[in-house]
Amino acid sequence: MTDATSPSETPAAAGTATGRPQSPFRRAMVKLWYDRAAMIAASVLVAIVITCLLAPVYAKYVSGTDPFRSSLSAKIMIDGKRVPVMAPSTEGLGLGVTPIGPTFGAKYMLGADTQGRDVAARLLYGGRNSLLIAGAATLVCLFFATLIGVTSGFFGGATDVVLSRFLDVLWAFPVYLLAISLSIILIAQGLTIGPFTIESGSLLLPIGIIGVIYVPYVARPVRGQVIALKRSEFVLASIGLGIPRWRILFFDILPNVTTTLIVFVPLMMALNIVTESALSFLSIGVQPPDASWGTIIQEGQGLLYNRPMVSVAPGIAIVITVLALNILGDGVRDAFDPRSKLRPR
Amino acid sequence: MTCLPTGSALRRGLAAAAGLLLASTALMHGASAAEDRAALMAAHRGGTMRLVANAAAGTIDPMVNYTSQFWQLYQSTYDGLLAFKHVNGTDAFTIVPDLAEEVPAPSADGKSYTFKIRKGIKFSNGQDLTVKDVVASFQRIFKVASPTAGTFYNGIVGADACLKTPADCTLKDGVVADEAAGTVTINLVAPDSEFFFKLAVPHASILPADAPAKDVGTAPIPGTGSYMFASYDPNTQLKLVRNPHFKEWNVDAQPEGYVDEVDYDFGLTEEAGITAIQNGQADWLFDPPPADRLPELGSKFQNQVHINNLMAFWYAPLNTNLAPFNDERVRQALNYAVDRDALAGLFGGSVLADPTCQILPPGFPGYKPSCVYTQDPGEAWSAPDMDKAKELVAASGTAGQKVTIITEDTAVSKAIGTYLQSVLNDLGYDTSVKPISANIQFTYIQNTKNNVQISISQWFQDYPAASDFLNILLSCASFTPGSDASINISGYCNKDLDAKMKSALALAVTDQAAANEEWSKIDAAFMEKAPLVPLFNPKRVDFVSGRLGGYTFSSVFQWLFANAWVK
Repeated sequence: MTDATSPSETPAAAGTATGRPQSPFRRAMVKLWYDRAAMIAASVLVAIVITCLLAPVYAKYVSGTDPFRSSLSAKIMIDGKRVPVMAPSTEGLGLGVTPIGPTFGAKYMLGADTQGRDVAARLLYGGRNSLLIAGAATLVCLFFATLIGVTSGFFGGATDVVLSRFLDVLWAFPVYLLAISLSIILIAQGLTIGPFTIESGSLLLPIGIIGVIYVPYVARPVRGQVIALKRSEFVLASIGLGIPRWRILFFDILPNVTTTLIVFVPLMMALNIVTESALSFLSIGVQPPDASWGTIIQEGQGLLYNRPMVSVAPGIAIVITVLALNILGDGVRDAFDPRSKLRPR
Repeated sequence: MTCLPTGSALRRGLAAAAGLLLASTALMHGASAAEDRAALMAAHRGGTMRLVANAAAGTIDPMVNYTSQFWQLYQSTYDGLLAFKHVNGTDAFTIVPDLAEEVPAPSADGKSYTFKIRKGIKFSNGQDLTVKDVVASFQRIFKVASPTAGTFYNGIVGADACLKTPADCTLKDGVVADEAAGTVTINLVAPDSEFFFKLAVPHASILPADAPAKDVGTAPIPGTGSYMFASYDPNTQLKLVRNPHFKEWNVDAQPEGYVDEVDYDFGLTEEAGITAIQNGQADWLFDPPPADRLPELGSKFQNQVHINNLMAFWYAPLNTNLAPFNDERVRQALNYAVDRDALAGLFGGSVLADPTCQILPPGFPGYKPSCVYTQDPGEAWSAPDMDKAKELVAASGTAGQKVTIITEDTAVSKAIGTYLQSVLNDLGYDTSVKPISANIQFTYIQNTKNNVQISISQWFQDYPAASDFLNILLSCASFTPGSDASINISGYCNKDLDAKMKSALALAVTDQAAANEEWSKIDAAFMEKAPLVPLFNPKRVDFVSGRLGGYTFSSVFQWLFANAWVK
């Protein structure tokens, strides 16, 4: 990032008072701390996460509505008048019923959806699900990608051939097509593996689906890095000293792969939020009455002409979150990836 | 001497004069109507009409398909022996001769009707229509297990055997052809006051004798109507073109259409359909306009909007053979809990829908306003009674069970499903909603193999008789486990009420008014058992393109596209 301060210019980067050099992780964290754009992005993300976590508080004490319950006959006080949440049309032939628009007050701040539910409250609950799915799917993805990438790269030979071809097959599917296919089957029927059953409406399904489809995208770079590390001098030295392979794997290879994985975290989360929204928009992600930003956009699709805020609000939330994650991801990459030093600044 | 006529002679003379005047007026009116029609035809004939819908309506077979969407098309593609008049409003309830030369009088015992078949009529493949086709068509109703075989046509002699072994159906003594005389005699087991109505619906279409004895799916069967199906792909488009062998024989039964071609596109959302009509890219949308577009249509496009009463209701069939709705208390609870006013709002508001808690629609034979499932039981629904509903659920001990609502993948159906999900959750159930393409939802919810607990559906009259709602939707004969054509979606079979319906049907032959009284009681009795949740009586909103003229709305089959022009 152009506005990032070089670690060499920071007092902490020079080392501790005792003269012991800092660990690479600490150096990277310090570098990230001085990356203004990344820190602003991180602050925005923290604010979004905290706000979404407070959804039940908002629904109970501020809006006073149940965001999962239809309120088609509800009325609220606006300017001393009781007005219906779903207002019948009074123009022309008097056709149609329109949900209340944004009041910018405590109740129905962003208006109501087609079921008379408070959009603001659903936006916060939806954010919880979107962030939860994106975060958990990222962990699932990184776990399997690391497992496959490290195993493949470290053991090589037949193991590498089999796992690499498996990744090739997975990669051959257009990612959304694969996600949609899996979702249609699993969301409709649920998933039973031995004694374990995941219900069709469970959030574990979108987490698993999104986590799995992106495995090749992370596993391949990890495998490449492991192969490169295997040929590095310090690993060859360890082999020469007769150190057991498992020790080399866990103490020489894995720590060096970790930085790559850290760089992937915000980027994968951003990607996962967009994917989750897309699946939920197609009704094959989060299932009603639960909400995610994608489902709220989908619900608002039928109100685009009269109440665009129902779709626009979660759209804005997605844009801000994904933008923040990408900016933070750039900062993390600059901080943790040594190659970033080679970039023009 | 002038002989003055006596009083009675004077009356006779006046009557004769009046009759002459009426006859000449009618003749002149008929002549002028024909001239008007000829002039309109000269001015507007030709062009391609474009219709759009969210989805197709399944099989194209007129004896199997039971949807208002395709029945609308069958009006101009197939003919029966009789037909409902192709005119505006409730005049459309009039039965007119179609492939038969005239509406026959029954035999003395009221059990036989002899139809003289018109000569010179050809199917769209060029084949001549004969009495053999008529006999084969009635046999085919049973061979393809038409959804109404057991309810509409089970009164024909020999129908019992056909229902038991459809493949061997002959109706030997039931439908008898006389090739030399060109007549077909239909013998009934007992007099049937609704028999003519049943002959005028698409399930009694006359098809070529060699039509496959199975549901043809997407391969159209030749018909005698003014149009024929040129192609049908349920995923994309259905195309109608003029039947090259059609010659108009009775304008009331099968008028020649104005347009040369009708392209019916599937897959457009209601939103996209409305926009296409506004932009002049489509002429008519089958699905109800989505709620968010109604205010715009009602204020900016008033001249292109047509609102008509429908003899119909939206309802939620409850599977009485599956938990939790196999418990009468749960079914009653849901009936108490539903806010029907709110549901009418989801359909477009009070202008377009009226809350109801009974099966027969207002204005229908046998309709007597009544509502038990409301806060103040009486003639009309007033408000939901959630306390009563929760009491019933608590008494049933079924709270916590999983319930899945199957809806159509349309805006209104999904919105109703979401609302019912909220209500069922409030009652303590763990509810989910599954929208299914409208193309298959109707057959899916009928098949007991799919274990549908509750669904959203609509019922439109086939003809103006109470039995068309009560007997069709809830008789034991309409329940065929494991079949896609089991229109008793609730799977409710009550032998006592079945017997009462049979009595009412028999009574209608001699005393229609008394029969209607009986139907009122049967309606109330069914609602006591609550095999379904009536939601609201809808009105039809047709939004048509600016170029579409000659809009005609039949109370039986809704908009008649053959009466409209686009040029």
